Amino acid sequence: MAKLILSLDGQTVREYLIDKERITIGRRPSNDIQIDNLAVSGEHAVITTILNDSFLEDMDSTNGTLVNGEPVKKHYLQNDDVIEIGKYRLTYFTGQAAAAPEAEPQDFERTMIIRSSPLAAKPAPVEEPVAASHASTQPVSRYEEVRTDEEEPAPAPAAAAVKPEENQPVAAIQILTGANAGKELELTKTLTSLGKPGVQVAVITRRPQGYFITHVQGESFPMVNGQTLDAQAHVLNDHDVIELAGIKMEFFFK
Amino acid sequence: MSLDRALEIVTVTHPGMVRSHNEDAVVADAARGFAVLADGMGGYNAGEVASGIAVNLISEGLRAGLDAGGRSQLDMGALLREQAVKANGVIYQTAQSQPQCAGMGTTLVMALFHDNRIFTAHVGDSRLYRLRGEELAQITRDHSLLQDQIDSGMITPEAARLSHNRNLVTRALGVDPQVEVALGEHEVRPGDIYLLCSDGLNDMVEDEDIRLTLTVMGPNLPLAAEQLIQMANDNGGRDNVSVILVKVVQDFAAPRNAWSRLLSWLGL
Repeated sequence: MAKLILSLDGQTVREYLIDKERITIGRRPSNDIQIDNLAVSGEHAVITTILNDSFLEDMDSTNGTLVNGEPVKKHYLQNDDVIEIGKYRLTYFTGQAAAAPEAEPQDFERTMIIRSSPLAAKPAPVEEPVAASHASTQPVSRYEEVRTDEEEPAPAPAAAAVKPEENQPVAAIQILTGANAGKELELTKTLTSLGKPGVQVAVITRRPQGYFITHVQGESFPMVNGQTLDAQAHVLNDHDVIELAGIKMEFFFK
Repeated sequence: MSLDRALEIVTVTHPGMVRSHNEDAVVADAARGFAVLADGMGGYNAGEVASGIAVNLISEGLRAGLDAGGRSQLDMGALLREQAVKANGVIYQTAQSQPQCAGMGTTLVMALFHDNRIFTAHVGDSRLYRLRGEELAQITRDHSLLQDQIDSGMITPEAARLSHNRNLVTRALGVDPQVEVALGEHEVRPGDIYLLCSDGLNDMVEDEDIRLTLTVMGPNLPLAAEQLIQMANDNGGRDNVSVILVKVVQDFAAPRNAWSRLLSWLGL
């Protein structure tokens, strides 16, 4: 269970377990964490906890709340965060050592169902039931709504995963023939496409095991060191020569 | 009318790198123009029972509904909801009556193509994305605690990446006698690629890499699907991962009969 350690001038005053959904902090005795100091407002701040996540909110206190030295109104607490209220400090510990998601036991990641969200907030009505009387000539209303949504920072909680390629040597392609001869292209993306769309396209994929070339489109398949590839991905070695759509290029590690 | 020539569909499902069981299930029918994906959960192995019931019942129900005739008169949204509600009831009853299935449930995302439109229904955190041109858009909104936290402003999308609550869905099929199904309807254009996926994909692969894969490998749809699975597994493959890709090859306006042509000519 997560906990808060209250300290003053480096001396621990008390330890509080976060054992309920709402923990109030303030000068009045009614608070869960009472700090009897005039710099602290009657109802100073509140910590809301939903399962494993805790959120700190300043309740418009007179002197404000700092987290790690920065004033905050609302803050999603992370392990080791230091909350400053007046001269007092509250240090937040999740109780999960090295709380990285990838380090947790497998069962923790299993999807679970919760009956009703503890939050009252209804998801925005982007794709709520469509009215039954939808004439086929009507303009595309739904589409427009979705589009405006995209303008905001995309809600894409993707990939907390470590990217294994990050400590991989960077490779590049140098064009050997044709109008672009001599040009170099660093293969920094997960996928790099080569060739002419509609004619012949191949991609180089960057994987933890190395770089691979795969045929995507076109009647003829790419060649590596004079050998025509089949539909399978082919691992690339330093100084391999790729031939594609009449252009030769060299693959090499930088 | 068969949609075979208008739609190219590829389905792939993989247990991932960590789990021994695959609790995801996928079904697609290009001729009738639909795709269904479910991500089961709960019980020891009951998750795959729940997702299996969902895709089998729903695909059977959709086939029967679409083949009954009068496709142009059908309310597609109502048809999708009816099938989801029916599957919910069967999974719920099974979970109640079979002790080994207690607590099972499944997410659901499905797409039905008709008259140059896509009709969608979903429950839980399985997603539908659309690639149009080079732009990737997430069409469905997860029914998850994390999404609720983002919506209510408690947490920013950036902070959401660090959340411990990634795996909590607020809606699923088979958990309660009733279920609220989210429906959507959108215009479709030739060249669009639709991606239905379980969270094993979008938890492991960033949206930008999904976009890049669909953009670059779109002309070779089976290869694109394999690449998505491979990226999820290369990044750790901590969950089952499933994708259904639907490419709109040409338009598929529903044929209009003489009577409806006359009515539209009269401006009715």
